[in-house]
Amino acid sequence: MTTEEIRAGLGEILEEVAGVLPADATPEKSFTDDLDVDSLSMVEIATAVEDKFGVVIPDDELVNIKTVGDAVNFIEKNQS
Amino acid sequence: MPAEVLVTGFGATTPLGGDVESSWAALLAGRSGISRLDDDWAPGLPARLVARCKSDPAEHISRVALRRLDRSQQLALIAARAAWAHAGAPEVDPIRLAVVIGTGVGGARTLLGQDDLLEEYGVRKVSPLTVPMLMPNGPAATVGLEVGAQAGVHTVVSACASGAEALAVARDLIRADRADVVVAGGTESCIHPLPLAGFAQMRALSTRNDEPGTASRPFDKGRDGFILGEGAGILVLERAEFAAARGGTVHGRIAGAGISADAHDIVQPRPDGAGAARAITLALRDAGFSPEDVGHVNAHATSTVVGDLAEAAAIRRALGDRPLITATKSMTGHLLGAAGAVESIFSLLALRDRLVPAVANLEDLDDAADIQALNIVRREPRHADFDVVVNDSFGFGGHNVALALTRA
Repeated sequence: MTTEEIRAGLGEILEEVAGVLPADATPEKSFTDDLDVDSLSMVEIATAVEDKFGVVIPDDELVNIKTVGDAVNFIEKNQS
Repeated sequence: MPAEVLVTGFGATTPLGGDVESSWAALLAGRSGISRLDDDWAPGLPARLVARCKSDPAEHISRVALRRLDRSQQLALIAARAAWAHAGAPEVDPIRLAVVIGTGVGGARTLLGQDDLLEEYGVRKVSPLTVPMLMPNGPAATVGLEVGAQAGVHTVVSACASGAEALAVARDLIRADRADVVVAGGTESCIHPLPLAGFAQMRALSTRNDEPGTASRPFDKGRDGFILGEGAGILVLERAEFAAARGGTVHGRIAGAGISADAHDIVQPRPDGAGAARAITLALRDAGFSPEDVGHVNAHATSTVVGDLAEAAAIRRALGDRPLITATKSMTGHLLGAAGAVESIFSLLALRDRLVPAVANLEDLDDAADIQALNIVRREPRHADFDVVVNDSFGFGGHNVALALTRA
């Protein structure tokens, strides 16, 4: 999957779970500080990402995913 | 002297209408909010009638907020927003603003739905929002967040008396000087195969599956159980001095509250109605009224054989045969934890309009002497001059709550 495809797929998840508009989901945005995503929604997003991209996000990795860009990088690196 | 507690706003969403006035108009017109279950799981159930709430939460709550709330929370939020707006959104110090909301079973649909996901797909599919959606205090917490209440957010759980008991507790909070304004009421939404199966196994539900409009028939000889309903009713209660100072419009007063327990059986009422009668008497004593002052009773009357009979005995014992009796569950179905709050709103509207809705479907009055003696409003709404209404609510567990409501 290309970076663009990952961004688009992540954007769909963010819109569905947290109501984030696709245009707002730019790489530098912080989930908690900029996009108003709380910790419970982060768990929902992580589960949806795992299903969509076939990756596994351990809890100790999830805490390091702070921005949209972090998530895209994680998926890129870990997708099989 | 303890403070007087006024009602300055109310909101509801019921099987009769998406708001208070449309629900009241439907009651006066004798319309039924009861329908046949058309879900694919319904055919296996012996009782297949329900009273679904008229509101579509998606029209009131954003999509993202909606998926974080159990339907019982959604309905509470819709009713609370309406009540708060009706009260003119009082400006109150948040540390003097409280919430008390009752529910019979809380987020049962979430609990059962998430268990289905757990069984079928495993832990990963269970929503991280499961706990805040299933906890019984979820609706109170949701409304507390909405209005920013910091004086305390409370949940009353006493089965079908929860909504009325929430109003009694809210009144106590104001009289104990722990709040100036309290958003209080009840909510319920548990139309799901399991509660329906459980109530049906108790033989508590009507099985008149082919006649939804006439299945709920309180005090009628042919009554055979209640119809499970959903909805919410929320009131804004205020200390009288506080309401006067801000110029709030007054819609009535909760003049007295009486609470008792039967200590008789986990589900059956005391057949002589003594516990329920004591709740009514306590409410009158609390208000400083005598039985002769009571002009109208909004009865709990769920359309079960034993419940209606015990209540008739209780009303006669506490109030005699004179007050005009209505049983609005004949049209709304039984909203469980929301019933007492919704029916308190109906009681205030009866005071306002000097009009008592007729009991629907009462064709053949039960032969029992206590029921025969009651002054039940039949066929047409009755115009009457009265200043005090008693609203009865009783719940499995032997809970009895009576509220004495009057004009301000």
